[in-house]
Amino acid sequence: MTKLLAILIDGSIYASWVFLMGLGMTLIYGVMKILNIAHGSLYALGAYMSVSLIGFYYATGSYPPMLGYAMLPLAAVFIGLIAGLLIERGILRFMYGRDEVVMLLVTYSIFLILEDVAKLIWGVDPYFAYQPYGLLGTVEILDLIYPVYDFLLIAISLCCAVFVWWGLNKTRVGKLLIAVIHDREMSMAFGINVKLFFTVTFVIGAAFGALGGAITAPKVSVVPGIGVEVIVLAFAVVVIGGLGSIEGAMIGSVIVGIVRAAAVHILPEVELFVIYGVMALVLAFKPHGLFAGPEVRKI
Amino acid sequence: MIIPKENTLRTLTIGFIAVLVFGFVATDWLRFLVQMSLATFLVVLGVMLQMRAGLVSFGQGLFYCLGAYIAGMAGYFWGITDAFLLLFAGAAACVILSVILGFLLVRYREIFYANFSLALSMILYGLLVKAEILGSTDGFNVPHSTFLGFAPEGETLKISIFILTIVVVYLVAVALHRYLSSTYGYMGDAIRQNEIRVEYLGASVRSLIHKVYVIAAAISGIGGVLAAISLGHVDPEMAYWTTSGEFVFVALLSGTANVMAPLVGTFLLELLRTYAFEYAPYTWQMILGGTMLMVILFLPGGIWSIGAKRRTRN
Repeated sequence: MTKLLAILIDGSIYASWVFLMGLGMTLIYGVMKILNIAHGSLYALGAYMSVSLIGFYYATGSYPPMLGYAMLPLAAVFIGLIAGLLIERGILRFMYGRDEVVMLLVTYSIFLILEDVAKLIWGVDPYFAYQPYGLLGTVEILDLIYPVYDFLLIAISLCCAVFVWWGLNKTRVGKLLIAVIHDREMSMAFGINVKLFFTVTFVIGAAFGALGGAITAPKVSVVPGIGVEVIVLAFAVVVIGGLGSIEGAMIGSVIVGIVRAAAVHILPEVELFVIYGVMALVLAFKPHGLFAGPEVRKI
Repeated sequence: MIIPKENTLRTLTIGFIAVLVFGFVATDWLRFLVQMSLATFLVVLGVMLQMRAGLVSFGQGLFYCLGAYIAGMAGYFWGITDAFLLLFAGAAACVILSVILGFLLVRYREIFYANFSLALSMILYGLLVKAEILGSTDGFNVPHSTFLGFAPEGETLKISIFILTIVVVYLVAVALHRYLSSTYGYMGDAIRQNEIRVEYLGASVRSLIHKVYVIAAAISGIGGVLAAISLGHVDPEMAYWTTSGEFVFVALLSGTANVMAPLVGTFLLELLRTYAFEYAPYTWQMILGGTMLMVILFLPGGIWSIGAKRRTRN
């Protein structure tokens, strides 16, 4: 019983984390048809940025400690704006219209570049920003002790999901964006500024990736290469759910989260294997993921 | 030896002899560098073969790693150290696995192909990382190789492995060149350009892609075995997606027009890696990424296309 509960809670925490990563990735893919490998670097940059900001904030010591949490979204927005704009306006813009596979390679090169940018700015020593993690204390659920911070993660993740859903379905801009997703050329013909939508989507997607890193930073030591593993996890999530589908990313992350938590508690040997195993299994039966429509073959 | 008349084969043969001679006079580290680039070259050939059919495999490390682990395990657990037997076993294992996986993979194109191949190689990585009997993340050492009962040590062993690598790579490259100039080889190009037309012409795209996948796997497996023998060590990192990414990088950098193209790219990469660790440890990935962007933007045919353009102009 306790084990089941632990699997559920661990699974939800893990799911909320990978969901944030998958959300940005699937959003960018849905609108721009770019599978963004550089998303992992944005995650890493977000983590570094938040560690720096938190360190800076608590080092001054004269402000209320609770306000330190504001540094997390701040870091995400900052990285999303700077890195997102630089990548989209500086590089991707010149590549639009190429094959999806070529775009995949382009983002792979951006990933390689950003990995070293992080090293150049922050060096290779590990960084810690433990303050926000301990500040909220712990909570006990049936003998299981969890840091409250972990539940904050779930809340943030849910908020992001609701925000994106509301933005897409209930606002004018969102509806225009859906039009762009469905038919880029037709939307252009109707006078929608598709280029602007691309830029804005990329920045928002990048900010989600950076947010994923920013809120994880207090839980771990931030070292070079933390983005590398995240990319394939986010891949797994969005591919299971179906590329470009936000509901899909949600279901995908819940599946990945629960499966991994179950593996950790029941059979730790298969922890890594099982995630990709599920991904391969889903792909074997639904080649385009659970929530994606069929592709039209082009002649 | 008779030097063949055909352009590519002639260059390959002359290069083969030159490298062989070079191996006897070169310093240890340089010879090792050539050896490792040649092992990588085979895997890149596998990636290139798929790229010619318009398929980007982000998981070629699967077969590279499988070949290497088969070679390592055979020596480590069963005491089989004969290099020829290892090469055969590694290639055979990759062929068997790829025939099975091929049935799944032939249904995918573009990024889905890239994704699925990536997932498959990450499965192997996930398994190996947790396999304590195989040394988990550290991997394990591969015993010294023997050659049909001949068991050299020290300098002789190094030279023997070097010669083996060169000969095997030469044979594979010649065979692949033959394949690429055959009808099947050209069909790969046709698939990339328009697979529906290929089907209307009466060929089965799926079975062609399946063939390409299996051949690529076998070659990569051989590359893996050679790497394991040369390095004397295997670890799960070989199946990690960044390793596969490097293979894609080289294939893209070199171009897919000719079997010799990846030779240039692999050697450049190995050389860059060797020096970058010393002189630019924090910027060498950036150099790789920047180069790749430049190639995609300005040289879609890869480095090989520079020479090719000049040749057609003449």
